[in-house]
Amino acid sequence: MTDWLDALIQGVLLGGLYALFAAGLSLMFGVMRLVNLAHGDLIVLAAFAILTVASTFGLDPFAAVVLAIPILFVVGFVLQHVLLNRTLGRDLLPPLLVTFGLSIIIQNGLLQVFSADSQRLRAGAIETASIPLGGGIAVGVVPLLTLMSAIAVIVFLNFIFYRTPVGRAFRATSDDLEVAQLMGVDVNRIFAVAMGLAFVVIAIAALYLGLRANFDPTIGPARLLYAFEAVIIGGLGSFWGTLAGGIVLGVAQTIGARIDPEWQILAGHLAFLVVLAVRPRGLFPRAQD
Amino acid sequence: MHLLETNKLTAFYGDFQALYGIDMLLDNGETIAIIGANGAGKSTFLKSVAGLIRGAADSVLLDGTPIGARPAADIVKLGIALVPEGRRLFPSLTVEENLLIGGYGRKAAGPWTLDRVYSLFPILRERRSSAPSTLSGGQQQMVAIGRALMSNPRVLLCDEISLGLAPIVIADIYAALPQIKVEGSSVVLVEQDIVKAMKVADRVYCFQEGRLSLAGPPRDLTREQIHRAYFGS
Ligand SMILES: Nc1ncnc2c1ncn2[C@@H]1O[C@H](COP(=O)(O)OP(=O)(O)OP(=O)(O)O)[C@@H](O)[C@H]1O
Ligand SMILES: [Mg+2]
Repeated sequence: MTDWLDALIQGVLLGGLYALFAAGLSLMFGVMRLVNLAHGDLIVLAAFAILTVASTFGLDPFAAVVLAIPILFVVGFVLQHVLLNRTLGRDLLPPLLVTFGLSIIIQNGLLQVFSADSQRLRAGAIETASIPLGGGIAVGVVPLLTLMSAIAVIVFLNFIFYRTPVGRAFRATSDDLEVAQLMGVDVNRIFAVAMGLAFVVIAIAALYLGLRANFDPTIGPARLLYAFEAVIIGGLGSFWGTLAGGIVLGVAQTIGARIDPEWQILAGHLAFLVVLAVRPRGLFPRAQD
Repeated sequence: MHLLETNKLTAFYGDFQALYGIDMLLDNGETIAIIGANGAGKSTFLKSVAGLIRGAADSVLLDGTPIGARPAADIVKLGIALVPEGRRLFPSLTVEENLLIGGYGRKAAGPWTLDRVYSLFPILRERRSSAPSTLSGGQQQMVAIGRALMSNPRVLLCDEISLGLAPIVIADIYAALPQIKVEGSSVVLVEQDIVKAMKVADRVYCFQEGRLSLAGPPRDLTREQIHRAYFGS
């Protein structure tokens, strides 16, 4: 019994990580209908960026991410403005091709610069610290921080989207690109801001990716898959749905692993397929459209 | 110098030419109406002025400044707002958010604020938190007009604001026009209802297959002239 409860709790915490992977993807799709095949690789790239900042300045990863965030915002803004905006239009294929190419470029670029060795973000004692909950169950501090950060990110994104003028512009642009321009919205700029924001989320996701496990330049595509699954389980268009999707995926994986360690990944994919079969539009689809 | 002027304005959709050299004038405080059959190019004309379709810089002049090549997001900041055909409210924004985004790019202060729009269309204040899809057609049209006003336009372009509405609702909406003019907007109306157009406009322009077929003050135009300009032959 304790075993299962423990699996459930660990699964929920793991779901926080998947929600962080998914939130950025959901943001990009929500605002600019961009399916970003390089999302996983961008998270890995950000993890290397944090690693580099941390080792160059001798910083804790938590401090390094604070430094990396403004840099990554600018990188995202520029990437969207000079490259991705040119690919968006009626045709869905160009952005897919370009982000697929980007994925390959990032992987190979990272291999060149950092080699295929696996890396880890080192944060000292906090990495192994845990809080006993009684009954033989304990939660790791880092997994707990992951989930809390996911919740904080979602609260923050909801605030931006529903309480600020730029958030209104995001939603209006996503509703009707042409009429948004009639309102004075510079669509290229608003997309670039959205991508900058997505990169901030990517930076936070990368922090926990690197704190919780080893990473190397090739693990991006698998993270992309988890992010996709979480977004689709949750239902497009709601950040809280993304958290729910991440948790469903995380719980399925840890329960699966408890049954048989080899089933961890498979159980996650199965949960995804079941949700897709039962609720094709996800758990929390958007009311409109 | 005129407030708004178009010079041999042309417009294309790909290879298809929708407008052939339209010359139009609008002075401060005026209301002009554009009439014409379906497909004559009325909406295309408004979209060209609003910057959704871009052309030669000097094909559209605002206060004598060429703006024909500027993008829509700039045009609204220069003082030209469009109430698009079919209203096109943002479905995922509330009524109030639809109004607020109308003021997104506005630079200068002006008469139009949320409160001023709500006093023009009081029903919208009650429905401020509703989704636009839950509003009646007339209320949606009020939101579309209010949204355009929020940019404090000097030129308000209205594309068939009476389309699909009951006569009593149309009367309500047209009753707002004098107040809009008092606040300093000049108005370009595209209107299917010729009688309505003749009543409110200082000048009427009739389009036929992308060309200007008639222009003048309503009192100078005869029924026959209009009939011919509208339908051809
Ligand atoms: N997006 C488009 N792509 C191609 N052709 C278009 C497009 N929009 C309009 N047209 C064509 O341009 C011409 C003018 O259309 P426009 O919509 O300006 O007419 P209109 O006078 O506003 O008609 P209505 O009274 O039906 O609104 C028509 O022949 C129409 O088929
Ligand atoms: Mg039209």
